[in-house]
Amino acid sequence: MIDIEHITKRYGEEAVVDDVSMTVERGKVAVIVGTSGSGKTTLLRMVNRLVEPSEGRILIDGKDTHEIPGHLLRRQIGYAIQGHGLFPHRTVAENIATVPKLAGWEKRRIDDRVDELMTLFQLEPSQYRDRHPGELSGGQQQRVGVARALAAEPDVLLMDEPFGALDPIIRAKAQDDLLEIQRRFETTVLLVTHDMDEAMRLGDQIAVMAEGKIVQYADPATLLVKPASEFVDNLVGTADRPFRLLSLRKVGDIVEPGSSEGEPVQPATSLREAYANMLWQGRDTLPVVDDQGNALGRVRMDAISPWAARPA
Amino acid sequence: MIASPRHKVLPALDKLGVFIAIGLLATLGFAPLMVFRANRIVLGETVDIAQAMPPGPMVVLLASIGVAGVAALLKTSAMMRLIASLAAIAVLAWVVGVSASFLVEGADAVARASPASGFWLLFGIFALMATDALTRMDPKPSLRIGLVLLAGLALAAFLASGIWDDLSVMREYENRAGSFAREARRHLFLAFGSLFMAALAGIPLGILCHQVRAVRGPVLSVLNIMQTVPSIALFGLLIAPLSWLSTELPILRAIGVSGIGAAPAFIALFFYSLLPVVANTVTGLAGIPANVSEAATGMGMTERQRLFSVKLPLAFPVILTGIRIVLVQNIGLATIAALIGGGGFGVFVFQGVGQTAMDLVLLGALPTVTLAFAAAVIMDALVDIMRPSGVQKGSQ
Ligand SMILES: Nc1ncnc2c1ncn2[C@@H]1O[C@H](COP(=O)(O)OP(=O)(O)O)[C@@H](O)[C@H]1O
Ligand SMILES: [Mg+2]
Repeated sequence: MIDIEHITKRYGEEAVVDDVSMTVERGKVAVIVGTSGSGKTTLLRMVNRLVEPSEGRILIDGKDTHEIPGHLLRRQIGYAIQGHGLFPHRTVAENIATVPKLAGWEKRRIDDRVDELMTLFQLEPSQYRDRHPGELSGGQQQRVGVARALAAEPDVLLMDEPFGALDPIIRAKAQDDLLEIQRRFETTVLLVTHDMDEAMRLGDQIAVMAEGKIVQYADPATLLVKPASEFVDNLVGTADRPFRLLSLRKVGDIVEPGSSEGEPVQPATSLREAYANMLWQGRDTLPVVDDQGNALGRVRMDAISPWAARPA
Repeated sequence: MIASPRHKVLPALDKLGVFIAIGLLATLGFAPLMVFRANRIVLGETVDIAQAMPPGPMVVLLASIGVAGVAALLKTSAMMRLIASLAAIAVLAWVVGVSASFLVEGADAVARASPASGFWLLFGIFALMATDALTRMDPKPSLRIGLVLLAGLALAAFLASGIWDDLSVMREYENRAGSFAREARRHLFLAFGSLFMAALAGIPLGILCHQVRAVRGPVLSVLNIMQTVPSIALFGLLIAPLSWLSTELPILRAIGVSGIGAAPAFIALFFYSLLPVVANTVTGLAGIPANVSEAATGMGMTERQRLFSVKLPLAFPVILTGIRIVLVQNIGLATIAALIGGGGFGVFVFQGVGQTAMDLVLLGALPTVTLAFAAAVIMDALVDIMRPSGVQKGSQ
């Protein structure tokens, strides 16, 4: 759990982060979203004390982050940044092993952990362990960057636009992978982005930041239906709002018995995607099947539409 | 050279090859191959290829020049060009010895034979052709080092075989074998010793300049100014303070420090070496991507861990480039040390100039040039080896 209490950072007279308080529950993903220069990076970097706050304090699992030296604190907190920042002179395995090595783990334990993470991130260890970052694709480099951040089994993971340098298709995949791994390790994640779609997709909670302040901190649905200000309203995008609401729900939530013609969808498919498929295929029902293709029922357009409407 | 009258198509010619072929023809036509002199200081008379050697070696020489010329002219493979040019150089090296023996045979014992402009031109042209072929082949660093070692072995074999013994420069060597070894050691000591000390002082100074912004400007300015002082002036400038120091401090005198000799030369070379080492250390450290450096801190490295396990290794190829510059520069500059009694190959060069004995000048100059060339190739290869794989050349 991360408790940010009345944190302020001033450069000269100007407060680039201004009296911010927020809490990220254990095992949840909180996303800080806002325009460039709004102070997101500065706020994030105060959590692992790459930037020292001017005022306020931050607690991790109830402990003040100032109770231990900065470099020891940082070894307990995962950190992944845009453009990955991998060490080009070290192999993939050495990069991932950075923090465990600093923390003095035994060699056996480090090797096992590196193999575990590489497998988890779909990098066959025997093939990629001894490569250098320069010999990987952008998507692979990014995965190694996240694997490195998670290597020492941190409870808390900080990410600053970690997918910013990826093209859209690889980015979507990377986002899904992150969520899967986050759930598996029950990591508490604080992630910075300027992309509202990414925030909606990843965040259990979203903090909208402007000019050093948090203007709204809420779950995605609340942000969509009850924006706290015109600024949030604009950022969320009024035209896209029904579709963003639909993307928060899964087909699995509204599947019903019965059968249907058409290209099947899966329970994990978002309502937005299912709706788009219906429009495209010119149908108002689609079959629902599981991974193995077993029929689970069907989904109706009439059942989807209410989820796109503003709640009463 | 026209392929067939029906098609009237010229065979594709290599651009550099045309230049090489014209150079070879002009050299054979107009430049004398050897010089013969009655003794070591009189002006000699030049000797053409035809008069310089028996017919046998001449046929071999002309044939190898012809083959290399054709290989250069046509669009042959790089390997082919390399082999042809190296073979021509080997033949040339053999012929020059044979020719010297041929010319001094039966003449006075003090008579001298040495290569003339024709020889040097041929050598230069073939060296150009070999370098060009190697560049086209883009060999691995380890192979380049291997080639230099191989060339060194070939050189040693020629020297040991006695083929060159009648060359005038070897006659000079014979007269001074003892002092040659001593000056060679002194030259290496001056060049490598001052480099070693400069690296020892310059790398930490470069790190300091990188960490502390306020230090960087002043340090680099002072070193820059130092670099512009002409070497002979710097040697001269050091004479007075060093003589004073050695009279005041007996310890210094005891280890041989005085106003003239090796000490001021060593110190001057040290100062010249400092700028490239410091500047390249600063450049190398500054060239590290900001997010790599930030990641290092973000992972929980201390300032020291970040410096030693991330920044210095990444800056190392650039630092090594600085050391390469210094080494080649020092090997050349150490020649001048002889002017203030510092020893080194320069001793022969300046004695030779004084006595108008070109052979003696060559005895000093040839090893210096060879050493500098070998150092440059080996250091370049090391710089490439040190670059992390996957990082592009010149991306630092
Ligand atoms: N070290 C610094 N010194 C002075 N100003 C800074 C420093 N770091 C950030 N800022 C300023 O603080 C503001 C917020 O920056 P940042 O947190 O990087 O924003 P974001 O990540 O939201 O784009 C910007 O106006 C930036 O110029
Ligand atoms: Mg930022």
